[in-house]
Amino acid sequence: MTNVPVETLNETQQPVPGAPNNWRRFFSFSTDHKVIGIQYIVTSFFFFLVGGLFAMIMRGELITPEADLIDRTVYNALFTMHGTVMLFLWTFPVLVGLANYLVPLMIGARDMAFPRLNAAAFWMVPVVGILLMSSFLVPGGPSQSGWWAYPPNSIQNPTGNLINGQVLWLLAVALSGVSSIMGAVNFVTTIARMRAPGMTLFRMPAFVWAVLSAQLIQLYGLPALTAGAVMLLFDITVGTSFFNPETGGNPVLYQHFFWFYSHPAVYVIILPVFGIFSEVFPTFARKPLFGYRVVAVSSILITFVSSLVWVHHMFASYTPGWMRILFMVTSMCVAVPTGVKVFAWVATIWGGKLRLDTPMLFALGGLVMFVFSGITGIMLASVPVDIHVNNTYFVVGHFHYVIYGATVLGVYAAIYYWFPKMTGKMYYEGLGKLHFWLTFIGANLNFFPMHPLGLQGMPRRVASYDPEFAFWNVLASLGAFLLGMSTLPFILNMVSSWIQGKPAPANPWRAIGLEWLVASPPPVENFEELPIVTAPPYGYGSNEPLTENLSPSNAAN
Amino acid sequence: MNIRLILNLLLATIVLAAISVWMGQQSYAWLPPQAAAESKMVDDLFSFLVALGSFIFFGVTGAIIYSILFHRASKYDYSDGPPIEGNVTLEIVWTAIPILLVFWIAGISYQTYERMATHGPMEIVHLHVPGMEEAYAVAIEDTIDPDESIEVRARQWAWEFRYPDGVTSTELHLPVNQRVHLNLISEDVIHGFYVPAFRLKQDIIPDRTIDFEFTPVREGRYRLRDSQYSGTYFATMQTDVVVESEDAYESWLADASGHPPAESFNQAADEYYQASQKSVIPGWKTIAPAPAPIVNYPTSIKDSQS
Repeated sequence: MTNVPVETLNETQQPVPGAPNNWRRFFSFSTDHKVIGIQYIVTSFFFFLVGGLFAMIMRGELITPEADLIDRTVYNALFTMHGTVMLFLWTFPVLVGLANYLVPLMIGARDMAFPRLNAAAFWMVPVVGILLMSSFLVPGGPSQSGWWAYPPNSIQNPTGNLINGQVLWLLAVALSGVSSIMGAVNFVTTIARMRAPGMTLFRMPAFVWAVLSAQLIQLYGLPALTAGAVMLLFDITVGTSFFNPETGGNPVLYQHFFWFYSHPAVYVIILPVFGIFSEVFPTFARKPLFGYRVVAVSSILITFVSSLVWVHHMFASYTPGWMRILFMVTSMCVAVPTGVKVFAWVATIWGGKLRLDTPMLFALGGLVMFVFSGITGIMLASVPVDIHVNNTYFVVGHFHYVIYGATVLGVYAAIYYWFPKMTGKMYYEGLGKLHFWLTFIGANLNFFPMHPLGLQGMPRRVASYDPEFAFWNVLASLGAFLLGMSTLPFILNMVSSWIQGKPAPANPWRAIGLEWLVASPPPVENFEELPIVTAPPYGYGSNEPLTENLSPSNAAN
Repeated sequence: MNIRLILNLLLATIVLAAISVWMGQQSYAWLPPQAAAESKMVDDLFSFLVALGSFIFFGVTGAIIYSILFHRASKYDYSDGPPIEGNVTLEIVWTAIPILLVFWIAGISYQTYERMATHGPMEIVHLHVPGMEEAYAVAIEDTIDPDESIEVRARQWAWEFRYPDGVTSTELHLPVNQRVHLNLISEDVIHGFYVPAFRLKQDIIPDRTIDFEFTPVREGRYRLRDSQYSGTYFATMQTDVVVESEDAYESWLADASGHPPAESFNQAADEYYQASQKSVIPGWKTIAPAPAPIVNYPTSIKDSQS
């Protein structure tokens, strides 16, 4: 690269005239999907730390039974903001960021279908973040009604101000929904229309299938959540009575609006992680993804089944018996496509030639925690058991095994796996392994104790509790602090590797996939010449060329 | 498949099954005492799910750990594993098994739920067939004898109980081994009636009266907690449920009816009052708690702070 004139470099590196071609491009309105992907990932990681800090303060409060560290209103605001930040500003954006970076590369496209829409969708994320964080500054503080914001509790407004934490919260959630819908339109169009010649549906990597399935959920689900949020906003600000029982509204209606999206949202989060697992396991086991077509189709099946499960969050609510039973059966059906995937991953690993590099460690750890959460998930779908543990710490434990155990570990696996591709630098393996063990031990220590607590009957969202629950709470708090510390080697690793790491080859893992056929980091338009795909993905052991015209040897490296 | 592989699989299955059955037995100890007839049904179902779940969890993680231990690439081995892309028989089997399991679990759960018959929201609110509303209303009224039921009133942040003969209290007294009927009412936001020892929970929706039935079977003092987040002092919205013999219950009722109504201790009201006395309030403004309940049988400070 050293002999390329600066002018040419500027032209090829940044299609927007006058835009910078150094680290500053990450702060610009870039339309390059790779820049946007990294913008998403870094921004969301910042909010991950913010949300984690909230969680550690909460666990500090819960290390003793009394409400003594912080005021109850502060505690309630913290758990509300923890949930909101972690979902809307961490898991969704970080996964969209990964998908943004990877999908065009994986399907052989030069960019997303609508690059400017893509950039606009990203820049809404910091706005959502600023809106949410600014609610700490308004009188009355941030929303205190939990990330579900169930009315009539969320309609109560002790300050009497029009601009209050709840209103800002609703605006942020609605805006985040708009951003996600824009992203979903872009992903679905890109995957449908921009695939390279020869990239048939059953030649797409499982990750692309997973992203497509997840984004389809966004398209049908988000309008319901956004509508519910807007109606609630009207109830609070102008006194309509959609949900307010004092004026004849129906608060249960809100629950339907909310969960119609917010349960499928879990699949929006977990499906890309399934995709990550499906990429990482074959590479580090040196075997094709077992039952690739079934794994791909099961992603789409999850999209369909997930539209029929929302009432299982309302078994203890105003839900008649027949509906409880109906939704119990549909909820349990999710176990079938998910189970198929789990078996396929195990079969992929089985009999392989495993290498336990950091991405593989995180993927394996994430898979084990996911299996555990799947089993508690079936228990929660069973109406009688759910009636006991619903709204207790058992649910909190289950949810965090899905979201931290599977999702965050899966995201870490992805970041380590594609870090050489994104930055052109290798990370430090030792720090990566240290990070894995701290995370895995911390997460289990933090979230496992929540299950016995819930079975014993400790409700979620309490700032104080009966002393009988102290033992497991102390363990959970210690786990939370360990988990907080576990991010330090990660940050150190990422920052120092990016600045001064060893240069990475185009394909450090000897992986199969279009993204590994281009240089690390990839050039601006990804492929000088669009690849002609000739084989399905994951041809490990079969020595089949993936494309006609690109091979690792002639990649610009 | 050779004989050796089949025997190994068989042995692994037997060991796994034994561990899973043992786990299922252990699960009873993870739960609070069984104080209602319904709790036994729930615990049996939970034990079944724990056994089944253990089998799957240890099976899957066992296979992963086995691979990690015995299927590692040696340091300089850069070859690929066998290019096995799938196996139709295997894939059909492991799709069919979860489907059967799911319907088995759902069937058993359904039976348990039917036997519990806790009522809950009985209205067929989602089927507004024109002209039929009245018929439903009659059917519902027939099943409820309001004189026999205890009214449970939830508000931010206090529980209050009203017995058929006019006695009121802030702790719930129930006769043992008798089916009790509660009318659950909320005065403000959504609350949740939750007694872990009974394994029962029901949200209380404002503007609705929800019927709730169960049978306490074990004498003792248990915690009643609000299970649906209800605002600032949510965590303090707890009280005791006292399950006692028929005689003790009757004499408690008689004794309580002789007491003039008095103000009960209420932690939310107490904390709110103390916070308002301070010049610097560390938190944010909250809506004022409802005044402490005035009842025949007020709980003392000692009782309510466990």
